[in-house]
Amino acid sequence: MVMISISNVSKSYKGGFEALKKVNLRIQQGELFALLGPNGAGKTTLISIICGLSRATSGAIQVGGFDIVSDYRQTRQLIGLVPQEISLSIFETVWDAVSFTRGLFGCSPNPDYIERLLKDLALWDKKDNLLMTLSGGMKRRVMIAKALSHEPKVLFLDEPTAGVDVELRQEMWKVVHRLRESGVTIILTTHYIEEAEDMADRIGVIHHGEIILVEEKDKLMKNLGTKQIEICLQEPDTVDVEAFKDFELKFDKSEMILTYDPREKPTEVEDFFAKLTQQGISYTDVKSRHSSLEEIFVKLVRDA
Amino acid sequence: MNFLAVKTIFLFEMSRMWRTFGQSIASPIISTSLYFIVFGSAIGSRISEIDGINYGAFIVPGLLMLSVLTQSISNASFGIYFPQFTGTIYEIMSAPISYVEIVLGFVGAAACKSMILGILILITAAFFVPLQVDHPMAMLAFLLLTAVTFSLFGFVIGIWADKFEKLQVIPILVITPLTFLGGSFYSLDMLPPFWQKVSLLNPVVYLISGFRWSFYSKADVGVGVSLIMIALLLSSCMLFIRWIFKTGYRIRS
Repeated sequence: MVMISISNVSKSYKGGFEALKKVNLRIQQGELFALLGPNGAGKTTLISIICGLSRATSGAIQVGGFDIVSDYRQTRQLIGLVPQEISLSIFETVWDAVSFTRGLFGCSPNPDYIERLLKDLALWDKKDNLLMTLSGGMKRRVMIAKALSHEPKVLFLDEPTAGVDVELRQEMWKVVHRLRESGVTIILTTHYIEEAEDMADRIGVIHHGEIILVEEKDKLMKNLGTKQIEICLQEPDTVDVEAFKDFELKFDKSEMILTYDPREKPTEVEDFFAKLTQQGISYTDVKSRHSSLEEIFVKLVRDA
Repeated sequence: MNFLAVKTIFLFEMSRMWRTFGQSIASPIISTSLYFIVFGSAIGSRISEIDGINYGAFIVPGLLMLSVLTQSISNASFGIYFPQFTGTIYEIMSAPISYVEIVLGFVGAAACKSMILGILILITAAFFVPLQVDHPMAMLAFLLLTAVTFSLFGFVIGIWADKFEKLQVIPILVITPLTFLGGSFYSLDMLPPFWQKVSLLNPVVYLISGFRWSFYSKADVGVGVSLIMIALLLSSCMLFIRWIFKTGYRIRS
């Protein structure tokens, strides 16, 4: 079932700048969708429009089958938002801040749920602390608690781990995993692309306000990734570089790195090792690696 | 109607009043009491009665109106400006709540705080001057209408302001002078004819006049005219707020 349907959404500002250009996107219920893009690509603008913080210039968006403009009460009830910036009323306690958001969304008080939420996010022992006394990482978790306070079905995480240390980041991802297992649809933007690689079901890449690619992560890695073979040479000085001019090679001290696309050149590895044997080159180690999502992302954005 | 959201905003705003008791309640009561002591008891004892009313008692409606106007504006403007300043406005704008409900929550709390303050000042005044209220229901109605109208005005200022300083500009440079020149301390009859006419351009004259009528059955302008003026101000503020939310001015890009 489609949870979010975005059709021909454009957003332009008074000066003529087009932040979004006819964006079309479908996000399935229960999936973890990573929206990647360089700074200023339009990620936050798109999220802001879906959440009601900004207005689209044209196009339509449905969340859970409801239109975000005419049925805004239904759609906003379904959505929880963790924005990029930490924005908190610092004179409130953790408990009051989270309860306030729940009330804003028209949900009657549920102390048991709030308690469970704060415990899940390791905030329970801070529940009576003023927000101004919390560390940056804890404030970030309060933001997540607020976004989840009304039990949303869709959660937008707009760079939620920016400025959060590794340990806290891992704890937050455990929470995200649990939410995903409970059926919550999660839309994530992050600069830590390895996080998207670890967790996302599908990846969308946005650049200059346009969605340039939407693909299942595994397919994307398989279809767009390249492979590398690293050969650790025994006598690097004896290698005749000219003999390998047909291969995409890089020399790094005592290493020889072959980059190839197995779909385009299925016999590349075989040819390469044959050439090594022919040249009488001896080696001490061989390593193989697949390109990361980050490398794929950088290539996509560069080529777009 | 998302009543729970309205209640949540209302209670959140009211809780600020108790948290900042000194600033929200004690300070305006003390400063108004000083007016009663200086103008009512000290200087007032040397001033003859105005329209048959003891001078100390005469200035009560004006001083009360001064506090209610400034506090209504201050409460409402700060209430909506602070979430914009901290960035927490995002959760209000992304909540399933209409603009009418947002206004009800913020303006309702601001007007309620001003009403509480007004009543406390009235009780305080009774310790210093001989007080009478001929039309208590009309007095409460004037108080309520004024508090709501100027809380709406404060809400507009809070949206318009892009720095803390701007929250104070209108109350200090516009509202306070208009209140002082609006007959808080004198009757319009005491002015030369030309200045009497000029004073009629001041909308606060109508508020104070109507409010004073509810105390002593005496007014500078007709009570009906005062009510029309309040209704006009109220409608203008409501229309302006409607425009703000319709266009998204400074709250939704």
